[in-house]
Amino acid sequence: MSAVTAEHDHDDHHHDDHAHGPEKGWLRWVVTTNHKDIGTLYLVFALAMFFVGGTMAMIIRAELFEPGMQFVDPQFFNSMTTMHALVMVFGAVMPAFVGLANWMVPMMIGAPDMALPRMNNMSFWLLVAGILLLASTLFMEGGAPAGGWTLYPPLVLQTGKALPFAIFSVHLLGISSIMGAINIVATILNMRAPAMSLMKMPMFVWTWLITGFLLIAIMPVFAGAVTMLLTDKFFHTSFFDAAGGGDPVLYQHIFWFFGHPEVYVMILPTFGVASTIIPVFARKPLFGYSSMVYATAAIAFLAFIVWAHHMFTVGMPISGELYFMYATMLIAIPTGVKVFNWTATMWKGAMTFETPMLFSISFVVLFTLGGFTGLMMSIAPADFQYHDSYFIVAHFHYTLVPASIFMIMAAGYYWMPKWTGHMYNEKIGQLHFWLSAISVNILFFPQHFLGLAGMPRRIPDYAIQFSDWNMISSIGGFIFGASQLLFLYIVVDTIKGGTGEKVTDEVWEDAHKHGLEWTLPSPVPYHTFSTPPTVIPCDHD
Amino acid sequence: MNEDVAVKNKRLGRNLAIVAIAMFGFGYALVPLYDVLCEWKWIERDRPDAIKAIPETAYEIDKSREVNVEFMTTLNESTPMIFSAEMTQLKVHPGEYHTVNFYAENKTASPMVARAIPSFSPALTSTYFEKVECFCFSEQTFAPHEKKVMPMRFVLNPALPHEYKTITLSYTFFDNTQTAIKK
Repeated sequence: MSAVTAEHDHDDHHHDDHAHGPEKGWLRWVVTTNHKDIGTLYLVFALAMFFVGGTMAMIIRAELFEPGMQFVDPQFFNSMTTMHALVMVFGAVMPAFVGLANWMVPMMIGAPDMALPRMNNMSFWLLVAGILLLASTLFMEGGAPAGGWTLYPPLVLQTGKALPFAIFSVHLLGISSIMGAINIVATILNMRAPAMSLMKMPMFVWTWLITGFLLIAIMPVFAGAVTMLLTDKFFHTSFFDAAGGGDPVLYQHIFWFFGHPEVYVMILPTFGVASTIIPVFARKPLFGYSSMVYATAAIAFLAFIVWAHHMFTVGMPISGELYFMYATMLIAIPTGVKVFNWTATMWKGAMTFETPMLFSISFVVLFTLGGFTGLMMSIAPADFQYHDSYFIVAHFHYTLVPASIFMIMAAGYYWMPKWTGHMYNEKIGQLHFWLSAISVNILFFPQHFLGLAGMPRRIPDYAIQFSDWNMISSIGGFIFGASQLLFLYIVVDTIKGGTGEKVTDEVWEDAHKHGLEWTLPSPVPYHTFSTPPTVIPCDHD
Repeated sequence: MNEDVAVKNKRLGRNLAIVAIAMFGFGYALVPLYDVLCEWKWIERDRPDAIKAIPETAYEIDKSREVNVEFMTTLNESTPMIFSAEMTQLKVHPGEYHTVNFYAENKTASPMVARAIPSFSPALTSTYFEKVECFCFSEQTFAPHEKKVMPMRFVLNPALPHEYKTITLSYTFFDNTQTAIKK
């Protein structure tokens, strides 16, 4: 650990080669190229989409509260499961992490802004356009896409008028995230302060560098797959049409070549946030920094060679099943390295349990649980029982809700005082944590039982033996959904002034030893690190 | 940000964009790659484009065992046809030739082009299921309201591993009339 000289921004006001403050009026938010403004836009948009996608989840859980059809017709129910997934993945989780990267990456590596600020603005507004286009399909003849977020043919080709709109929306979302990823990679590779070597970078920056490469590699493949759907439907090609010599299974291979790395796009930055927060509240350096870097890279590499474990039941040759089974099991090794490193970081640390740390600890526990069910499903012969049942629903929700979503919220609690200069209400924050952590388990844990007992996913009705656990799961869902309004309240309250307590520059005790962002004033000025910092805090050896 | 960095950023941004465009092409390259991989000897699976006639060979009939062959007939989406098999199942000895008739009818008042695609379960049995004659080898053309009796003559190769006791052969008819008109 090294001492720190804070490069405060008041030195920079003498420079006249950049604007001094934000533009006046609402137009600021449309034309801005400032990484902090764009980060805020992404985060606010992601929060809004979290509630939109969450509302869809509430409709799903309300319908499943009791057996039989209660509120919605089956077609709309299937639209809800499909749209819930698309909105949460492309509208909430990914934009939230891009927003965090926009805010934090330049501040963490001592850069004045993102590498390509104009493209940064464009990628945000393309995201908005893509999501609006997707949302518009809800009001079209034939309804929104209802064939599942994987958009498998031939089912998805039966979508009504909405199909081409959904596909173009995927194109826009893809272009938006490729542009975001290019920007982040270019920022990290070119804009670091001279003293910031690659192996001194904070883990959050490392995970985003690798995520950026993943996105650049996979989003175009997905764009290609949906383009093939489009030409199959409207231009009489036969990529996936068996009658014309095509093969619907080919779509599944292409989709999951994108889809598996895609789930790591949502989890690697999660790991980065956890590796950032845990050392600060354990008051110890991160344990095994370099092994964390290599584990992240290993997970990213493995992501490309395990895709067909999503389609064990499709009728693959036995050699394929065995290969994908063993390759998938390998992922447990680098992931295990990470879990043990977080645990070792906490070991004998002087821990305190503020809201960000509470979320981080529950992430380590609950993500591990989600990882274990993943390992169960990697066993090809056993997967035939779990496939397309509620077991897989429970599995990926454990890796997405108490992992990705919790860590996005933890990041919010952790950095909000730095962004706004105000302290959030710790009491309500902890209440939000406990309600969320308990209800998320009431919501998703019973779904393991439902899946093992044979309840299929994406079905609006079910046999009566599934009634009890479904009702419990729905009750958990309603508590979880309502609890998130507390988060909304806290965000608004903190922006307006929070507890009124004046936060220090480092906010958290000794945080300046862990990251450059804590050497800046709170609230953080509009322009930072116009001259690169010379001394880099390094919380690892 | 100084000039050098701005130039470097633009160059890196452009190079990464080229990688993204190349990956779009890679998505399309997966299509032929998939066919190549599926034809590797050690990857065995039934493929629609592997449907072809096998010349009739005299096998020694294996009287020691019987395999239950089940027939399923399906219509894709809303293909306007009636399609059925003369029997739902048949017990056969490996090496013994059988002919099963399938019935199809065009329910519309216009000509129709349709194609039947087979699928085997368990998939690995498809290699041992040898067809001498089948309506699935080519597209079928139907006059308005035409009814057809379509024979399928097959033999189970006696090399069929003993663990397979039941084979399900499913045919799905796809309406290709629109595509045929375009051509």
